[in-house]
Amino acid sequence: MDSKKASRRKFLKGGAAAAAVGAIQSASGQTPAPAPVKRSLKDEVAYGERSHYVTSVRVAVLERPSPDEFGLTFHVLTPLQDQVGIITPSSLHFVGTHRGAIVPDIDPREYRFLLHGMVDRPLEFTLEELKRFPSVSRIHFVECLGNRARADHKTVQQTHGLTSCSEWTGVLLSVLLKECGVQKGANWVVSEGAEEVKGAGSIPLAKAMDDCLVAYGQNGEAIRPQNGFPVRLIVPGFEGIYNTKWLRRIKVVDHYYMTYNDYGHISKDPKVAGLNLQWGPKSVITFPSGGQKLPGPGVYQLTGLAWSGGGAVRKVEVSADGGHTWKDAEIRSQVHRMAHTRFGMTWKWEGQECMLQSRCTDELGQVQPTKAQLAKFFNQPPDYYHTHGVQGTDNTIQPWRVAADGSVSNAFA
Amino acid sequence: MRLRRLVPLMVILGLPQPGSAQSSTYGLGKTPTAEEIRSWDIAISPTGKELPPGSGSAKEGAPLYAQKCAACHGATGYGGRAPQLIRSENTTLPPGAKAPPCLSPCIRNETVMGIYSPYATTIWDYINRGMPFGKEGTLTPNEVYALTAFLLYKNGVIAEEQVLDAQSLPQVKMPNRDGYVLPEWKHGMPRPFPNKP
Repeated sequence: MDSKKASRRKFLKGGAAAAAVGAIQSASGQTPAPAPVKRSLKDEVAYGERSHYVTSVRVAVLERPSPDEFGLTFHVLTPLQDQVGIITPSSLHFVGTHRGAIVPDIDPREYRFLLHGMVDRPLEFTLEELKRFPSVSRIHFVECLGNRARADHKTVQQTHGLTSCSEWTGVLLSVLLKECGVQKGANWVVSEGAEEVKGAGSIPLAKAMDDCLVAYGQNGEAIRPQNGFPVRLIVPGFEGIYNTKWLRRIKVVDHYYMTYNDYGHISKDPKVAGLNLQWGPKSVITFPSGGQKLPGPGVYQLTGLAWSGGGAVRKVEVSADGGHTWKDAEIRSQVHRMAHTRFGMTWKWEGQECMLQSRCTDELGQVQPTKAQLAKFFNQPPDYYHTHGVQGTDNTIQPWRVAADGSVSNAFA
Repeated sequence: MRLRRLVPLMVILGLPQPGSAQSSTYGLGKTPTAEEIRSWDIAISPTGKELPPGSGSAKEGAPLYAQKCAACHGATGYGGRAPQLIRSENTTLPPGAKAPPCLSPCIRNETVMGIYSPYATTIWDYINRGMPFGKEGTLTPNEVYALTAFLLYKNGVIAEEQVLDAQSLPQVKMPNRDGYVLPEWKHGMPRPFPNKP
């Protein structure tokens, strides 16, 4: 015992001596250690916050303030310009709701999910029961139909901030549908949320049986309240609104139900209708992007995100001359189907004015169009979509103008 | 020794093949009663098969509209802070006045739900599930029928005296009945857009 105490004392003395030596060395020119962060037991032990030097935040869409006239938070945009990799931090995931819905406070112990309609065995599940099914974790983007770049959008957050990407964990909807036994003649499912407006939409049964997820996990933890806690539907590659948050019910039906959401998407033009539901190939350069400034000529890492509702990203090209010549970018992340994919290239800016843009090709061979190509498809003048919103999903190419002073702006402005 | 101990566990894991039509695989979840399903099932099909008993006309809907809707949607169904509900001959705003919010779809005159929706069931469904704002789910079926009739009458779709119920509501011939093409989706299907670089 005595010898142990003695050795401990010796050790402490030694430590003090070492610390003293360190301090002397600092005083003599060694870089001093930074001051410690302000201590917080919550951060150190319970649940960590990011550094106070990191200030990247979501902002409300330009078109409607949050809170709006009814005190509601409408759509808020994720700060793509600040993000690295392919996963959007859960706390920065964009938020869109049916009409500025009030986020429901659902006790997971009280949560129920009803699966019924044209099935042999309607079933009601608790959250605990959903978790007893085999789970899958998949990385998918969710993008709102309202993600339409316009001339008055200044930053990539404003032009493209209604898309985000997470690892979602849950049970495949197909597993639950098979558990209930889908009947012959069924063609659609109607999914419905538990928020005050109970937002609902019709999804093709073929998609529901393909890869949809009844998800309870987001990026390794429970889904955030604003993103559908405790359970939401993930419909990979489809318009955001079909990814029903606060999922309370799925009804298997024989025909299109024309819910309020469905009615909000209808068109009698088959060309427009054909470009609904599933996102096409899309990409955007996040650096350099609108509102940023290059400090001077030299080497930079040009980077951005590419994704497609049609599957995996196969190729991303970048043009620095307004789309006359293109060069393949490097894919700098793992490539997942219906997921954000990081691309980049080492780029030397000589200090001249230029126009940067990216173009995505997906696994189906679909190529991201320019606004002029889309205008031609819809028999509109070439610059029509510079000032008008695209009907249906907007997956057009976004050019950024780099001025001689290094400032970057929306080329449609 | 270790292998033998694994055997009973594998028996527990030996569930039926997933997807067999005859029975469930996991035996999880509770079978809801017909009454429970009815109380959850607020999605109204264009056939109207889920519509509850009850009825209402535009005459009954007018005072309800004034009482429960006009504060947000405007006394005439136009000019409130909530989206337009009734087509208006004169949509010029007084100086300084803000246009009503333009949601998706951008609701202006010809695209108010009482005209643009291909089925009257959509109007009934949305009033029933989502209105009035802040008091959702408080309207009785009779009130929802009456308010639906009022909006359809004010938009020139039905007569003032027409009574709507579970039978007559799905029969209402909406002016935009054929105004949509159904989206199609198949696994691996490219979008119908001639993409060329």
